[in-house]
Amino acid sequence: MGYPHSHDLETTTLLSRYIGDPEAKTLSGWLERGGYETLRQALVMSPDDITTVVKDSGLRGRGGAGFPTGLKWTFMPRDSGKPHYLCCNADESEPGAFKDREIMRWTPHLLIEGCMISARAIGAQHIYIYVRGEFFPVSRVLNEAVVEAYEAGYIGENIQGSGWSCDLTVHLGAGAYIAGEETGLMNSIQGNRAEPWMKPPFPAQSGVFGMPTTVNNVETLATVPMIVDNGSDWYRQWGTERSPGTKLWCCSGHLKRPGNYELELGIPLKDVIYEVCGGIPDDRALRAVIPGGSSTAFLTGDELDCSTTYEGLAEAGSALGTASPIVMDESTCILSAMRRIAQFYAHESCGQCVQCREGTSWVTKILRRIEEGDGRMQDLDTLYELCEQLTGRTICVLADSVVFPLRSSLDKFRDEYEAHIKTNSCTAT
Amino acid sequence: MADGNDTVTLTIDGVEVTVPAGTRVIEAAERVGVVVPRYCYHPGIPTRPAQCRVCLVEVEGQPKLHPSCVLQAQDEMVVNTATDTAELARKSVIEFLLLNHPLDCPICDAAGQCMLQDYAYETHQLESRLNEEKQVMGRDRIAEDILYFADRCIICTRCVRFMRDVADDDALIVAQRGHKAYIDTFPGAELDNPFQGNIVDVCPVGALVHEDFIFKARAWDLDKTPSICPGCSTGCNVTIDTKENQIVRLKPRHNAAVNSYWMCDYGRKHLVMSNRGVRAEVPLIRTNGRLAPVDWKTALEWVADKLGEIGEQNPPDGLAIVSPGASNESLFYLSELVRCLGVGRIVYHVVQGETAALHGFPKLELRADRAPNVTGAELLGAERAQEIARSTAGAPLVVLEDPLTDAPAGFGSEASFFLYLGTRLPNAAREADAVLPVTSFTEMEGTFTNFEGRVQRSRQALQPPGIARPAWLVLSRLLASLGAGDTVMDARTAFGVMAAEVPALADLDWDSLALKGARAKTTAAAAAEG
Repeated sequence: MGYPHSHDLETTTLLSRYIGDPEAKTLSGWLERGGYETLRQALVMSPDDITTVVKDSGLRGRGGAGFPTGLKWTFMPRDSGKPHYLCCNADESEPGAFKDREIMRWTPHLLIEGCMISARAIGAQHIYIYVRGEFFPVSRVLNEAVVEAYEAGYIGENIQGSGWSCDLTVHLGAGAYIAGEETGLMNSIQGNRAEPWMKPPFPAQSGVFGMPTTVNNVETLATVPMIVDNGSDWYRQWGTERSPGTKLWCCSGHLKRPGNYELELGIPLKDVIYEVCGGIPDDRALRAVIPGGSSTAFLTGDELDCSTTYEGLAEAGSALGTASPIVMDESTCILSAMRRIAQFYAHESCGQCVQCREGTSWVTKILRRIEEGDGRMQDLDTLYELCEQLTGRTICVLADSVVFPLRSSLDKFRDEYEAHIKTNSCTAT
Repeated sequence: MADGNDTVTLTIDGVEVTVPAGTRVIEAAERVGVVVPRYCYHPGIPTRPAQCRVCLVEVEGQPKLHPSCVLQAQDEMVVNTATDTAELARKSVIEFLLLNHPLDCPICDAAGQCMLQDYAYETHQLESRLNEEKQVMGRDRIAEDILYFADRCIICTRCVRFMRDVADDDALIVAQRGHKAYIDTFPGAELDNPFQGNIVDVCPVGALVHEDFIFKARAWDLDKTPSICPGCSTGCNVTIDTKENQIVRLKPRHNAAVNSYWMCDYGRKHLVMSNRGVRAEVPLIRTNGRLAPVDWKTALEWVADKLGEIGEQNPPDGLAIVSPGASNESLFYLSELVRCLGVGRIVYHVVQGETAALHGFPKLELRADRAPNVTGAELLGAERAQEIARSTAGAPLVVLEDPLTDAPAGFGSEASFFLYLGTRLPNAAREADAVLPVTSFTEMEGTFTNFEGRVQRSRQALQPPGIARPAWLVLSRLLASLGAGDTVMDARTAFGVMAAEVPALADLDWDSLALKGARAKTTAAAAAEG
């Protein structure tokens, strides 16, 4: 169980209860652990009741943006006369994040159950689980579970005699960060390039195949069964008013005990790093942390007192994102880290919008040149200007995502950039 | 769709404008004379990915800039296209596009007609801030006659979307992604489509170029003439680009009633071929058994005398063979001549070819009748003939512009008098008693009636060779010599005389034809309207 419920960091609580338990992967093992009981309950609930309990629980999307899940479901039209779709976003590719993979490979039936309950809430007839191309072993586990669930009547025609039918397809992507953007994901399911489209139309109006669609993250959907089973008040015993519940954390970088932890939202970021993960090897000083995956802003060692909630990290000038802190100690060259992040975004830009296509690669080129000792002071002005032009100008937020770490690193680690430019040296020790 | 009304009223750059509900801001802006820069947006391509981000505008009360190509006009919306933020964003897009651009305008076919060049000058991008090496991608042959310069490409995807959404052919794709993206044919597929030339026209920069135009001319050295394509009976509206009295290329000209923004590749190449070959340049009359060159006055007097004599002899029914490539005016005066000589038959023969329709605009079809004026010929009394007809022995024979391909040996020898009016001198016409050189399609003004009865003007793009003259002028002068009517010196007058005589054309006047043409009262036109 994660902090503060237990000091035994290997024990997990809600979502991660069966992570590491090989028997939970199979249908029989999952049924022994109370699996699909909530789906049976949900089959006799009205879709509105399911939506209401999820809405009341305050569950927020775990894919990074933190949009309230229940509210998103209410955007789906009633009686549209069209097929509705649920897409489960399992294209987990944010650098630093590795939580969905663990849910899927240890508890595939938990995700399937969450998908089925959510599909019932939004009136979907078909579910797509869009799995990141590189997650080949994960997709195999998922597919085995789906076959079992079909055979046992938890997916398919007339589910458990309820008269309600819903299909589920596991769709393996071809490996692109941008396929994790919801409209890019839907384009990819349709067989097109994973290129985001301009909203409107929003997915709830015209999503995959032009039909009303909801896209939810794996962790979000896996959380749904426990909320439907235990009620919204039960879920709200953890976390804060605006960020209820627990969250899987993916802690990486210079940590004594990096890994996945399920933690209640709202504990101080400092405790995540120093209590849960045991601090930094050799007790070196912390230089920077990117708290929510590579597309969130850098925080320095002085900014760790913030609370790990959506609102707390936003106040601190960063974001909870996917709750994937990447910790960098004093030996880290921030410029180098930033260049590597920018290089990632340049590589993953889909190439539609000019700013993103050309800007991300230009940022990378400038950073690399500074890194190689050929920087000029006016490069910093250019980088700030690029931050302006890469923000809010494009179809999706991939370009914005490189700006969050870039601008914060320029603001907070200017000494690093200046040292490289002026003396071709590094402030890292 | 405010309040279910059919129109919305918004303000663009301080000017109020009312447009149909659903209109996009980029189109509403055009109504008040504001042309928002655009790359990926093309009015003829239905998909709008909003990806070039150069049409960003500011909407009052909204923090983010909006791409005006997809932003729907709404009541009380206040749009500013030229605020500091919008202009800076636009300038920045141009800077991004120029980062890796080779700046090879001096050798680029698009220079002078390039939207990147234009906006770069407009936004004063004089120096690059790129201190690194440019990315070099090279060039590729994307179709048999089209080259692709990846370094100039701005990935607006107009070409991909024209092929996919208008031509219904998935031949083109964007390959790779991000800054490595380029346009390519789908693996295993070839770009081989009768309408593929349009991708060169929609390319806003010099990324796609026609190989038969490359390095031939600078855009600003070209003379441009609005005309129509004579390749088939569709009559696509085109601009004929000429240089030094040669046709260099044809570009489609927008006409929503005929060809939208497009034309076919057959038409594109067909007219350029007419640059070639030897032309009939001076009148020839048969003297001492041989065709001898003479001046127009001598030739016309001689022909008028001969025709006058025939008229007095009361000969058997004559025959006129006309080309459906001749203008309405020429065909009209030819029919007047036949009438003047007594009873006679007028026939035409038209070359047939394979058809191809454009999926996204099916009215635009490369039609089987490979001539621009089949409907006009029929309207003016000509009958369709499957092969070259023989004239009755002892009767007069007049041929207007028909190339007499496949004419039988001894063609015309049985005629009492054989008059040939043509742009060239085919072998079969060497038997003629007189050859009168007339101007070709591009060397004169005239009107042509397309398959559905739309009468459209062609305009003079080239100077005629030698002393060739328009057929309508030659024929009206001949008729005047025979005492029937006056010589007309311009196409406008010729059209007026014709419209007064031909009921189907009665409602039309020269000025109303303008650039888009107008429908004649033909059965085809009635069917198209019905």
